[in-house]
Amino acid sequence: MSFFKVCNLSISFGGLAALNDVSFEVQKGQIFAIIGPNGAGKTTLFNCINGIYTPDEGEVFFKDQKINGLRPDRIARLGIARTFQNIELFNHMNTMENLMLGRHLHMKSNLFRGVGMWGPHSFAGQEEIAHRRKVEEIIDFLGLQSARNQPVGGLPYGTQKQIELGRALASEPEFLLLDEPCAGMNAEEKQDMIFWIKDIQDELGITILLIEHDMNMVMDISDHILAINFGGMITEGTPSDVQKHPEVLKAYLGEEDGEGSA
Amino acid sequence: MDMKRSYYEDVQLFTSGVVVFWFVALLLFLGLLPFLFKNYYVYVANYMAINVIVALGLNLLVGYTGQISLGHAGFFAIGAYGTVILMTLLRCPFLLALLAAALIAALFGFFLGLPALRLEGPYLAIATLGFGLTITQVIGRSEFFGGRQGLHTPELWVGPWHLTTDRDFYYLLIPITVMLTVAARNLIKTRVGRAFIAIREADIAAATMGVNLVFYKTLAFAVSAFYAGVGGGLYAFVLRFIEPEIFTLLMSIMFLAMVIVGGIGSIMGSIVGACLLSWMDLQLRNILSIPYLGDWLETLSQSYFSITGVSNIQYIVFGLILILIMLFEPLGILGIWLRTKRYWKTWPF
Repeated sequence: MSFFKVCNLSISFGGLAALNDVSFEVQKGQIFAIIGPNGAGKTTLFNCINGIYTPDEGEVFFKDQKINGLRPDRIARLGIARTFQNIELFNHMNTMENLMLGRHLHMKSNLFRGVGMWGPHSFAGQEEIAHRRKVEEIIDFLGLQSARNQPVGGLPYGTQKQIELGRALASEPEFLLLDEPCAGMNAEEKQDMIFWIKDIQDELGITILLIEHDMNMVMDISDHILAINFGGMITEGTPSDVQKHPEVLKAYLGEEDGEGSA
Repeated sequence: MDMKRSYYEDVQLFTSGVVVFWFVALLLFLGLLPFLFKNYYVYVANYMAINVIVALGLNLLVGYTGQISLGHAGFFAIGAYGTVILMTLLRCPFLLALLAAALIAALFGFFLGLPALRLEGPYLAIATLGFGLTITQVIGRSEFFGGRQGLHTPELWVGPWHLTTDRDFYYLLIPITVMLTVAARNLIKTRVGRAFIAIREADIAAATMGVNLVFYKTLAFAVSAFYAGVGGGLYAFVLRFIEPEIFTLLMSIMFLAMVIVGGIGSIMGSIVGACLLSWMDLQLRNILSIPYLGDWLETLSQSYFSITGVSNIQYIVFGLILILIMLFEPLGILGIWLRTKRYWKTWPF
């Protein structure tokens, strides 16, 4: 059984091929990184995986089940969670409520049970208490105590990134997609984030698919790397292999002009 | 930092003894109101309570889920006609008819929610506007609904009680209003309500967290329509006579104005907004009989506008007040309340 597999995925927007014949496989327990310059199609790939876009061609398999074409909420139900490059939090809710929304899939209160929340012993009351406990664990894990009752819209950028990670973790995923978790963070926040990502892999046993521009970080924590550019695959392999690949060097460092050294 | 002792404190109905005290005080006041005030004010209170119900439902849709509706007079009409027809034709008891009519309104709400899956903002506003207008047209042209002649409401019996006066009706209306208020408040504090708010804030993110957008958007429409349906069914018995002319576009806009003036996305805001605008609506009808101001307005309107301007000068004043409220307090009454609270929290520093 393969854990997660993308086969010959292609999608184009009005003649522009955003992704062209991309295939790769992620093993359970890995940190798998996708690198590539801006506009390479990394976020498009994420959007195809969790159902925001429907790919034109190709297939996506999660635990041998085909998931492309399913609605985003169905895919979430299978155990795939994600964060966004441009933070997509529920700004007017506080941190607690944002994380509680992450528990949505695991809660059962429907309209009638919600309306009938008469006291802590009602079904909805019981459920709120039980899931608040879970959320509290995540708040402890990410050190978000001071932000607990603050509306997230007004919190610092780095904290918002953490809360987004927390919300994804609250849904207890098996497979976590992180879209540039360290973008715009200072060195210290980056270190914390790297630490958490390692912890998520080691302690929670969650497989991670990661998009990141910070090469040091990617080389440091990834088990496997896929490099893409202009929607196509350049190479994939272990960090040390990918680092040496001439196409990757070209995409990241620019081409030598071939006139010899000055 | 506010200290919490248990996880349940975030969602419980009464966060402190002070809140319990005020809630009990409010219930006592509501219970005694018919004995303290003239009969006319009981009628005003009934009118307010019905608008509170509709505004609460509309706020669940507009304020919490972030969808818009300019067709709530349509649901209101379905509730009113549904209740009256079920009672006269099928001899349903009142409460059962009211519930059934509200459920029919909810069903229509569900269907109106379907286009909302693809439409947003102004486009959705136009779609719901079309719905509201269609309902009155259909009712007005069908003999079954009494056509333009309208329908008289039957005698009102609830169990062994025969409700004849405004005061009798008040004691039926207030418990329903309080129940629906608490229900709305519980709803937004639990799973379904959080999903509503998440859709308003970031629908894509909500979907990737497992919120079924199709289900929750249509559910928000259905719940909102249910509230409007209940309001409509009760309103029929305040008027004792219903005709299609009542359920106009202006009514839909008034409901929306209540939500916005009170404060979007706030239960308390809906209540205050609905009470304030209902009161203004009723009082401004008599604006010309106010000493000095009335005379002055009449002279003004006769010298600068046509004679017919006099009859609807209340709407001009009404519109002016709305503009002023929005200009100085975009968050509505809720904004004033928040500022006052913040001020007194740190008083006298």
